[in-house]
Amino acid sequence: MNEKTSSMKQKRLIGNILSYILLILISLIWLFPFVGLVLNSFRSYRPEVEYGGMVDYLVPKHFSLDNYRFLFSGDTNYLRWYGNTIIIAFFVAALQTFIVLCVSYALSRMRFAGRTFLMRFWLVLGMFPGFLTMICLYFLLKQMGLTQAGAIPGLILVSVASSGMGYYVCKGYFDTIPKALDEAARIDGASRARVFFTMTIPMSKPIIIYTALVAFMAPWCDYVFASYIAFGHDKSYNVAVAMQRWVWTGDYQGYFTRFCAGGVLVAIPITILFMLLQNYYVEGVTGGAVKG
Amino acid sequence: MANSESKAKKSPVGDFFRALGSDCREIGTTWAEGDGKTKLSFLIFGIGPILRGRALVGALHLALEILLIAFIAGFGWQYFSKLLTLGTVETNASGRVTTYGDNSFLILLFGLLTLCALAALIFVWRMNVRENRTEELLLKDGKKLPDNHTDFLSLFDSHFDVTLLALPVLGVFVFTVLPIIFMICVAFTNYDATHQAPSKLFTWVGLKNFRDLFSFGQDGFGSTFLTVLAWTLVWAFFATFLCYFLGIAVAMLINKKGIRFKKLWRTILVMTIAVPQFVSLLYVGKLFAPDGLINGTLLKWGLIRSALPFWTNPMWARITIIVVNIWIGIPYMMLIATGLLMNIPEDLYESARIDGATPWQMFRSITLPYMLFVTGPFLLTQFTGNLNNFNVIFLLNQGNPKSMGMVGGAGGTDLLVTWLYKMTINDTNYKMAAVIGIMVFIVTAVISLVVYQMLPSVKDEEGFQ
Repeated sequence: MNEKTSSMKQKRLIGNILSYILLILISLIWLFPFVGLVLNSFRSYRPEVEYGGMVDYLVPKHFSLDNYRFLFSGDTNYLRWYGNTIIIAFFVAALQTFIVLCVSYALSRMRFAGRTFLMRFWLVLGMFPGFLTMICLYFLLKQMGLTQAGAIPGLILVSVASSGMGYYVCKGYFDTIPKALDEAARIDGASRARVFFTMTIPMSKPIIIYTALVAFMAPWCDYVFASYIAFGHDKSYNVAVAMQRWVWTGDYQGYFTRFCAGGVLVAIPITILFMLLQNYYVEGVTGGAVKG
Repeated sequence: MANSESKAKKSPVGDFFRALGSDCREIGTTWAEGDGKTKLSFLIFGIGPILRGRALVGALHLALEILLIAFIAGFGWQYFSKLLTLGTVETNASGRVTTYGDNSFLILLFGLLTLCALAALIFVWRMNVRENRTEELLLKDGKKLPDNHTDFLSLFDSHFDVTLLALPVLGVFVFTVLPIIFMICVAFTNYDATHQAPSKLFTWVGLKNFRDLFSFGQDGFGSTFLTVLAWTLVWAFFATFLCYFLGIAVAMLINKKGIRFKKLWRTILVMTIAVPQFVSLLYVGKLFAPDGLINGTLLKWGLIRSALPFWTNPMWARITIIVVNIWIGIPYMMLIATGLLMNIPEDLYESARIDGATPWQMFRSITLPYMLFVTGPFLLTQFTGNLNNFNVIFLLNQGNPKSMGMVGGAGGTDLLVTWLYKMTINDTNYKMAAVIGIMVFIVTAVISLVVYQMLPSVKDEEGFQ
């Protein structure tokens, strides 16, 4: 008996050691690109120091802040692009969250003619690929003067306008709040609007944060539409469009390390924000995954 | 509600006509039994409610009528009337003088908008007739009509849904519905690089583009389309299920008893979700480039003689993309699985262990069935999401390598959506892009519908409340 437990202990120990080795291996693979990115961002792009394109070594030969200096100098619109993206992300997050809340409440709590039709119709609409409508949207925005120089409000408008269709996770959350609470308040004479603003919204903090977080992070990756709308107008780019150009067309002029530096500066605040709000995110995606 | 739903499934067409018939009958009775105010309302919307003291409701109907008619007559009609030909007057550039003719793009777009306005007008008219009928019936019963104040307040109470949904629905209409209808129509025209508005006209060509898509000749899209479609499906399958199972595996590894620093391991993995994809994917894409770090290091160490064709050989590129996608997908699945795994009652495992089950048996008969049951809808959305996973493909290698055998600039790793994008941007082949878009829709819709019917957890929507 004693022998058996000790052999089991041994087995568990070996199992744990293997697990740790596996986990460390996974961590290395997962962190490698980020370490590489940061290291590359410290390699100078000036030819007299080092080459700024792609090289076959990871650790730069000379530590330099040239790339960062370049970003903050007047030689590039980097700060402007960064500002653009922040503005877009901020407005999209605020407005989109508000719209999603409104739609979710209406669909979760109220029963009106056409409700099922609306939900099915939007479900079907969601099956069309988003890029299909690109030229048409471009034209609509152009009619409103919201392309090229006006691309920033244009992008906000497009992202916000269709956000009502992304109500699933939020409605799923509202569905779990007992209806009896609403009814009790309404018997006491509260209107629907009052219930919505003073009861439902304060109770939905996790889902509000989740919706806002996802909405805030999306514009940082928006390349396709942003590049199409801002086409050729350097000042209206967002960081994703600008960095893309550095990597694809500027790579062989040694822009690669500058992209790394720019990417690091984008990634740091977003990553911190995400890590802080991680729990809300997990709650949102898990809830959404289970209910679909 | 469930009852009417099952009826609609039996024969939606018959149901529609039955509803239309009863609607017409109701309109007839409204006219026959209606007083002067109601009859006047048939022409001037909302005049009945206004005369009965409900100025707010009436004014809304009237305002909508004036607005819509003004739009149709003043702006839309000139486009709507040419919708069947999409314009006949060519733009003429003789010397330095350019006389602009018809703009097919505008005609199609605004023609469709006018069509929608007409439909809206009919709808408002119908609502207005019904409003009159309801009011008359209420008055006949000797009840009092709600006054303006009550009407207004109802927007925040019993009709709060109208207030909440008005703007979102309008937004979806203008920026999603209208463009989609427009692009569906484009699929039936010859709108492409040689028929660019405003200098050139384009016109209806019927099903020609769809015939092109399925033609297998020299320039036909047939073989390219099938290649891209097959890769899209293969990609979606691997991207979904590899990430799913590996994600569960990693989650179980971290959840394992006796493993410490659980939070640390999770945080490391979650980095890939936190860092914006355009940063991480662009960097990873460059890692695998012919002159990238991985090839460079292997060459330096003398392990290979020439660079491995990660992005330049179609088969290599496909495998590389699936592997890199695992790097992105595992953390996401790990997060979801972690929470769900903890929901599985521990005593299930306990009793299995007493019965002498191996870990693999426990996984197969407890963990996996549970996970598949709860995450069914999620797997479906993941799959359809991966069918349209633009970012991963495009940021990593833009759908390359290009191949001579493919038309429309398609490359070895192009999904239908990235191909659509390339045809829109590079070739300005809008008609074929629209056709591909419709195909994507059909593929997504068919897969969703078939799988959706089989999921147990979506059948009972109210079950959660």
